[in-house]
Amino acid sequence: MEKFTTHTGLVVPLDIANVDTDQIIPKQFLQKTERVGFGVHLFHERRYLDHEGTQVNPDFVMNKPEYKGASVLLARENFGCGSSREHAPWAIEEYGFKVVIAPSFADIFYGNCINIGILPIRLTEAEVEQLFKLSAEAPLTVDVDLPNNTLTCGDLTFKFSLNEFQQYSLENGVDSVGWTLNKLDKIKDFEAKMPAWQ
Amino acid sequence: MTTSTPQTMYEKLWQTHLVEDAKGETPLLYVDRHLIHEVTSPQAFANLRFHNRPVRHPERTIATMDHNISTRSIKIDAAGTGAANQLRALQKNCKEFGIELFGMGHKNQGIAHVMGPELGLTLPGTIIVCGDSHTATHGAFGALAFGIGTSEVEHVFATQTLRQNKAKTMKIQVNGHVGAGISAKDIILAIIGKTGSAGATGYVVEYCGEAIEALSMEERMTVCNMSIEFGAKAGLVAPDQTTFDYVKGREYAPKGEVFEQAVVDWKNLRSDADAVFDTVITLEAKDIKAQVTWGTTPGQVISVDGIVPSPEDFTDPVEKESCKQALVYMDLKAGTKMVDIEVNKVFIGSCTNSRIEDLRAAATIVQRYEGQKVVDSVDAIIVPGSYRVKEQAESEGLDKIFTDAGFEWRLPGCSMCLGMNDDVLGPGDRCASTSNRNFEGRQGRGSRTHLVSPEMAAAAAITGHFVDLNA
Repeated sequence: MEKFTTHTGLVVPLDIANVDTDQIIPKQFLQKTERVGFGVHLFHERRYLDHEGTQVNPDFVMNKPEYKGASVLLARENFGCGSSREHAPWAIEEYGFKVVIAPSFADIFYGNCINIGILPIRLTEAEVEQLFKLSAEAPLTVDVDLPNNTLTCGDLTFKFSLNEFQQYSLENGVDSVGWTLNKLDKIKDFEAKMPAWQ
Repeated sequence: MTTSTPQTMYEKLWQTHLVEDAKGETPLLYVDRHLIHEVTSPQAFANLRFHNRPVRHPERTIATMDHNISTRSIKIDAAGTGAANQLRALQKNCKEFGIELFGMGHKNQGIAHVMGPELGLTLPGTIIVCGDSHTATHGAFGALAFGIGTSEVEHVFATQTLRQNKAKTMKIQVNGHVGAGISAKDIILAIIGKTGSAGATGYVVEYCGEAIEALSMEERMTVCNMSIEFGAKAGLVAPDQTTFDYVKGREYAPKGEVFEQAVVDWKNLRSDADAVFDTVITLEAKDIKAQVTWGTTPGQVISVDGIVPSPEDFTDPVEKESCKQALVYMDLKAGTKMVDIEVNKVFIGSCTNSRIEDLRAAATIVQRYEGQKVVDSVDAIIVPGSYRVKEQAESEGLDKIFTDAGFEWRLPGCSMCLGMNDDVLGPGDRCASTSNRNFEGRQGRGSRTHLVSPEMAAAAAITGHFVDLNA
């Protein structure tokens, strides 16, 4: 996993609450055995006017020319709810997003983001609202500093927090499986004490 | 007498699975059972191969084919090239890593969350994970069960553990007894309607109270299944005699003295009487009526005797806007009576409602209409949750009741719940569905889903609209 320390990027405001992972990556694109090829289908039903994905929907925010090259997704509450499909953050990452900001995330989606190196930032509803307002005035660029847990936008600085180990894992690009395999003795000790029925 | 702090069932499950809680690290929990399927496992296997790592406990992992298989044929190629590639990859991966697979046509094949419980793979007091968000189903047994992403699937393969932050606890108590004809699906939809679609994000929920205790295991599974639909990490029901009787004698369940010892341990799982929950929600069962969703999240739900709400009914600006968007997508007018909404598709199936009791309930309603058939304007399909359910239903003649009435009787699978195979709705189709998600496009681009119980779905198939069966 790539290390995440700081990032500066253009924000695309997606003003929809309860965005589920079916919307992020619809089921017809889950039939892959590889980890690539999802970015082009990100938000497929909103991004394209036709099922085949040949006609771009000019009204969808991500398709507007001023948001070309955006790498920070600004979203509303309960982002990433529904299916546990990790294909959703894979699609978000492959499209070019490094950071997702929302007032709240669904639990599985949040964990999936961290596991692949995307930074999900929880801000308060009021802070998110402020960013949406600023974004409506002119395209917004933000600076994210993970070691200092700050998101800066012009004169404004917002603090955010992550669980200690998740922060460490992102900053250091930890191979989580390898990390746990170093604890094999502890796992074996645990197994030795398990009841027979377990 | 004990002096220890009273614990919730979740805390007990947590403590008995805690491998390590090292400073600065997310706690490491032991995983007893890992269920896998074709869609969310291939990339995890690929990474194992890349790092030259084995599956640490292949005997704790069970694979099934469910998400994108055809419900018309047991042929692996029947649901298209993409599906076939994933199904063949699962065969190859299971063979290479020594995992037992219930593939196409196997007598144990079925939707993971139907198959696990019916085979006795699901046990109280265990941690069960699967790369599928409806894994919470198994919480009906007092197992801590939750959905995981593919990176976590890989972590479980390699280590038989997972790192988890401790969730908050929520108690949902349903007092008294539900009225006649009110199903477990109505109970859980009413709960979600009360909490909202993200009301339990960050929580593990324990369902309790007389109305929950009175439920059969299959009904408890329906309740726990939809825990994710209001954001909960997992749903739990305390194991009791109903649970032990269900588990006893099942193929993979412990036998003899080991089973007896297990029951002793399982009886201790129950939350202590004075355990403290972070949040408590109470519902009166007698107030719960048959439920139908009107919007595009499961929380947008109302009683069948109600009307489609208006954005003006909501004070929260986000809910107001969500209502507005949902009415446009669903092509519904505020104020329309729910019983006046006409459907053209009916789907009875999914890990929420495809078990034998669900099919019996639907068949009872079909019989109540005495010889009436599925109305011409409706296509109705019934998809049993597993081959065992299918076989049982056929031995009881339920398939005959359905096919005589004009329903299509299909082969087991996830089917139209997510429409990864060819069981998809077209644009503008309106479906009464016993599944768990009414998201935009979930069952097909531009399609409209109303979540209901099997009874309501059966009635909608015959009449072409929702029905207040208690009116």
